[in-house]
Amino acid sequence: MSASVLFDAPGPKARVRNIIYTVVGSAALLGGIAWVILRLNEKGEFDPALWDIFNYAGIRQNILEALLATLKVFALAGVFSLVFAVVLCVARLSDHRPVRWFAVVFIDLFRSIPLLITIFALWVGILGTMSPFWALVVGLTIYNGCVQAEVLRAGVNAVPKGQKEAAYAIGLRKSQVLTLVLFPQAIRSMLPTIISQLVVTLKDTSLGFMILYPELLHSARLIANNTPVNGVYPFVQTVAVFGAIYIGLCLVLSWLATWIEKRGRKAKTGIKVAHAEEPAASDVAPAPGAPVVSAADPRGETIVTDKAPGKDN
Amino acid sequence: MNVLLDNLSLFREGFIGTLELTGASALVAMVLGVIIAGFRVSPVPPLRIFGTLWVTLLRNTPLTLLFLVAFFVVPKVLFPDLDSFLLAVAACGFYTSAFVAEAVRSGINTVPLGQAEAARSIGMTFTQTMRLIVLPQATRTVVPPLSSIFIALTKNTAIAGAFNNVDLFNVSKTLSNDGYDIAVIFIWITLAYLIVTYAINGLFRLLEHRLEVAR
Repeated sequence: MSASVLFDAPGPKARVRNIIYTVVGSAALLGGIAWVILRLNEKGEFDPALWDIFNYAGIRQNILEALLATLKVFALAGVFSLVFAVVLCVARLSDHRPVRWFAVVFIDLFRSIPLLITIFALWVGILGTMSPFWALVVGLTIYNGCVQAEVLRAGVNAVPKGQKEAAYAIGLRKSQVLTLVLFPQAIRSMLPTIISQLVVTLKDTSLGFMILYPELLHSARLIANNTPVNGVYPFVQTVAVFGAIYIGLCLVLSWLATWIEKRGRKAKTGIKVAHAEEPAASDVAPAPGAPVVSAADPRGETIVTDKAPGKDN
Repeated sequence: MNVLLDNLSLFREGFIGTLELTGASALVAMVLGVIIAGFRVSPVPPLRIFGTLWVTLLRNTPLTLLFLVAFFVVPKVLFPDLDSFLLAVAACGFYTSAFVAEAVRSGINTVPLGQAEAARSIGMTFTQTMRLIVLPQATRTVVPPLSSIFIALTKNTAIAGAFNNVDLFNVSKTLSNDGYDIAVIFIWITLAYLIVTYAINGLFRLLEHRLEVAR
């Protein structure tokens, strides 16, 4: 249902009312924003000297190093989690019951523990001494591997049954069926969801803040603490700058996911591509024991009414 | 075993802290989320733009960053003396509201077109259509994603533990500093989280079952 079905094309009265709402709504929003800006101004946060710190070469160097540190963790954790996800997914789909059960328990367990606690335990030394960097990478790998494994499994399950049967019928072995027939189609249809989960991975690198890994937020705090300008600590300024960097990075990745989804939608062949922005693709671990990431179901039940107006069930 | 028995009151405090944080943030997220979802489908353009901006921004912001804003910027600029519980609830609640809004909006999308058309044709306004026809039907499809969103929220409240709140993460940190074995702490904390997440899961299953209607 698109928004426009929920209300009529406005008549004269409604148009007047809508204009009033528009004016009142915009006034309220602008008022809120103006209030925040006024407060910021009152506290002297717009003092150019406070923003000037970002012109220092040292601070720029710090920002760059922090950005690289974040991206390094993201790259490693992203790659490792995908590899781990494939392993877990194969185990989850295995014909051998003990292997399958192990995968089920492992996935369910690590999806219901907060990532922060996993990372903290790794850092303190549940598996022997670990630097913050590796604690972060391993923690992210385990958690996101579990989520991505379920995404992959949903993708494999969505491949029409005939594909698998045909593959077996022409004499492919179990591993060949999986690697040549099922996974390529599953990955293609789940790509938007996989990338959305990578956005979550990127967002979660910020948990490094808690274990003193020098990523973006940690260095934001250091900069704010160490660069007082006339006795004022520039928290507002650093949070604004580093927040913009984070949001920018995540938005780029999100757009990539949406773009791939749209491109896949246009393609006439193959199975349907999953939604990039489904809630299950966010940092939401689907309920333990729940039947897969149902919202990421590539059959796209939710868009049916969009495309076939008038078709009531 | 000793870790749990020796520090039972601490564990209980942390467990209740996590529950309180989750409950309060869930309430904030629900109320805000439904309102924002309403904004996103409303006939008034500024509200639609605001809703879209809210969802896009909050979904692409790390929660840790929101906590930094809540704990370092908000007290300094806007409200000087809020306690850390309220700030944590605001951060978690606002963050989760974006996800709730998206879930509700996609729930609205699954209500058959004819329902809204019929409502309009008997002369209902936008608010009436939403309140009496669409939202009650959307509830059914929204329940399963909401369950995962609230489970994620439960886990996200762990971050509040790092910002002066007493919750399970905070407890594990305290005990680890006291020199207890992290592996044992980890097992008990995990168990506590499993209890909460399975409870939420069960509750929502029950709700889903109650709302189930043949369509």
